[in-house]
Amino acid sequence: MSSDVRFVDFKSDKQPTWCPGCGDFGTMNGMMKGLAQTGNDPDNTFVVAGIGCSGKIGTYMHSYALHGVHGRALPVGIGVKLANPDLEVMVAGGDGDGYSIGAGHFVHAVRRNVDMTYVVMDNRIYGLTKGQASPTSREDFETSTSPDGTDMPPVNPLALAMASGATFIAQTFSSDSQRHTEIIQEAIEHDGFGFVNTYSPCVTFNDVDTYDYFRDTIVDLGEEGHDPTDKSAAKEKILDGDKEYMGVIYQDDDSVPFEQRQGIDQNMADIPDGAPEGAMDLVREFY
Amino acid sequence: MPDDLNWAIGGEAGDGIASTGKIFAQALSRAGRHVFTSKDFASRIRGGYTAYKIRTSVDRVESVVDRLDILIALTERTVDENMDELHEGSVIIYDGERTTMQDLEIPEGMIGLDVPLKSLAEDAGGAIMANIVALGAACEITDFPIENLDESLEKRFGDKGQAIVENNKKAARAGQEYVAEEYADTEFGYEMETTDNDYVLLNGDEAIGMGALAAGCRFYAGYPITPATDVMEYLTGRIDEYGGKVVQAEDELSAINMALGAARAGARAMTATSGPGIDLMTETFGLVAQSETPLVICDVMRSGPSTGMPTKQEQGDLNMTLYGGHGEIPRFVVGPTTVSECFWKTVEAFNLAEKYQIPVFLVADLALAVSEQTFPPEEFDMDEVEIDRGKVVDESEIDSWLDEQGRFQPHFPAADGVSPRAFPGTIDGAHMTTGLEHDALGRRTEEEEVRVEQVDKRNQKVETAREQEDWSCREYGDPDADTLVISWGSNEGAIREGMDLLAEEGIDIRFLSVPYLFPRPDLSDAIENAETTIVVECNATGQFADVIEHDVLERVERINKYTGVRFKADELAKDIKDAMTEPQEAEI
Repeated sequence: MSSDVRFVDFKSDKQPTWCPGCGDFGTMNGMMKGLAQTGNDPDNTFVVAGIGCSGKIGTYMHSYALHGVHGRALPVGIGVKLANPDLEVMVAGGDGDGYSIGAGHFVHAVRRNVDMTYVVMDNRIYGLTKGQASPTSREDFETSTSPDGTDMPPVNPLALAMASGATFIAQTFSSDSQRHTEIIQEAIEHDGFGFVNTYSPCVTFNDVDTYDYFRDTIVDLGEEGHDPTDKSAAKEKILDGDKEYMGVIYQDDDSVPFEQRQGIDQNMADIPDGAPEGAMDLVREFY
Repeated sequence: MPDDLNWAIGGEAGDGIASTGKIFAQALSRAGRHVFTSKDFASRIRGGYTAYKIRTSVDRVESVVDRLDILIALTERTVDENMDELHEGSVIIYDGERTTMQDLEIPEGMIGLDVPLKSLAEDAGGAIMANIVALGAACEITDFPIENLDESLEKRFGDKGQAIVENNKKAARAGQEYVAEEYADTEFGYEMETTDNDYVLLNGDEAIGMGALAAGCRFYAGYPITPATDVMEYLTGRIDEYGGKVVQAEDELSAINMALGAARAGARAMTATSGPGIDLMTETFGLVAQSETPLVICDVMRSGPSTGMPTKQEQGDLNMTLYGGHGEIPRFVVGPTTVSECFWKTVEAFNLAEKYQIPVFLVADLALAVSEQTFPPEEFDMDEVEIDRGKVVDESEIDSWLDEQGRFQPHFPAADGVSPRAFPGTIDGAHMTTGLEHDALGRRTEEEEVRVEQVDKRNQKVETAREQEDWSCREYGDPDADTLVISWGSNEGAIREGMDLLAEEGIDIRFLSVPYLFPRPDLSDAIENAETTIVVECNATGQFADVIEHDVLERVERINKYTGVRFKADELAKDIKDAMTEPQEAEI
């Protein structure tokens, strides 16, 4: 790792095709800054991207990266990290990827607590398919596939994470570049699964959860004296449906990542040229 | 085959059938006898008929027959279930003191051995050892030295303390002595010689797991499913010693994606499952191929469709492994045909996957997976294991693979179709890849020329492999015979023995056992030279027969079995004979 890495080193030469004003620009910038400021460089970083507008992030960033199938970004990230714990693994995807098609993986990735960062670019809409309801869309949100609203309460991803045994739960707003970057950085530095739900407004298809809406309603927990290690306080904030919070909401300081608990400390890519030494013992076991 | 003895223990699931059978199989193996085991079991933890069968001989055995010489029957149903296989002179060991066994009628001509298994076990230290008493009785019937059973008991119960081991030995002797005294005048006519040979005893799943370790597999992600779970259980714990890990994923979707992630990080990675899991993984096959990630995906087939008969044999997933997934997915499909080949083909699958950066399906079936077989240990000579990681480039070589702007090209369209591969962490190697169509840099494109270039490049890998690798089949029997039998998967052993039976009747057969399903050997000359070609497989529609007909543009005869039970040598000999004279109707 070199200390002189700047965030632009994480930028590829491909110009994003996100709509002008898309929240994903800010979300991505914070991720790149967070990676650079925590001493990572593109050659030791692996970014896994989901499907949807957010999934394009792997193309616009420069690092080792995989853009996979819809909803399965987290398992890929877990596989990468366990195979080579020296890598910095960051997974990014949308609310559909994380809380709908991939919701099962979300729950279990949280439980497993592998040392990686998961940024969900939450715009409360399906953008790339041109405006259908997402799992975080409001109950009365009218879309082409939900003309009378979804008639279902939105998923509360923070609560889902807490209920699954999360060790780091945070929420950010993509347009608050400084706070977003700081919090991403904390998630990267957290020893375990750093989960960051980022409000990343869709300027084209979501006229409800807009920049103005978030600017007007968001409450920065950093200014409220919230103690993220206080689990009860964190639960209260998470279940408070009246407010949109920003900041590190919960952090377990005693978190030990899965790979450490399991004694995984080698780069699994390193193997001998033939069968491992003493492999005939494997055969003799069957006597 | 002289000295060929067929033994079984049967009862309710939960009666300790499998562990008792395994103890006896190990005792036979330790005594230098060859063993081939099979299991009849139900998909439940308790209740339902289950049996563990052993065929043993001083010669190598690789199949089962429709004959049972000695049966330990813990339930009345066990006798009914095996009536077809029992014959005049068969010995049935049972406990007449059990209320459920009091009405057992020993069929005419068979020898009923009423041994108070439970009472004798209680005298030896506990009713739980009743099955061991029965093993002692079986030793006496066959003049089998009981010391071999002692070793097996030590292996099984050693970690529970010496007292338990000694009690079990006592229980075995109680059974032995009871038969010696009470049936002193009975002539059983069975004998099991011992030899000085050392054998190992393992099943196909274990052979796959051991092959994976030998091949340097360090990451396994899976979700439990019969009959593939044994692969996962084998690797769990053992893989840690080599710096690897088994991860139980939340579902098969996750399992294959974790394995894919580990493979992208440079680990030799695999997942194993059965048909239903393959269904769930199918979307990711395309990603594995499109991102050119080396991955071994093992399908231990069972009876389908849907939940089908989860604990029964079938070879019904050929089409899925050959064609599964949307779009056109380059892949290799390798199908071991014997237990020992499960080891070697696993090693080969890892090499193929990495050399060509492609998904490799390792297709086994339930009969291979759960059958234990004895081998001389040299058959798994670890010195013979070769590792070929393909075009991995390190920091010293990476410069020659960068474009003019210094960017690594993971999908560089090399003439042989195989691009360089840089593991994450390699300086200047950072690159992305995607399931989207992409350019040499791994970045999305819809440009027509690039699309065609990348599709051709991926398909070229298959063509390169076709030329450079060995895709041959194994041949048995008379090369000039008029009748050609072709098969895949676990049927090989039964066919070979069936051929021996036919040879006794003066009928010669040529048999090709095909372990490579894609790419596969060119069988057109062999089929052209034969008067009749018969394709044998455990499915109803003849999936491999279809493929062969398509390859050679000629009709073949088919022998299909889809009862859920593997082929047996004697039944197969008859089926082949029938197919030689008239087109075979699918059997029910």
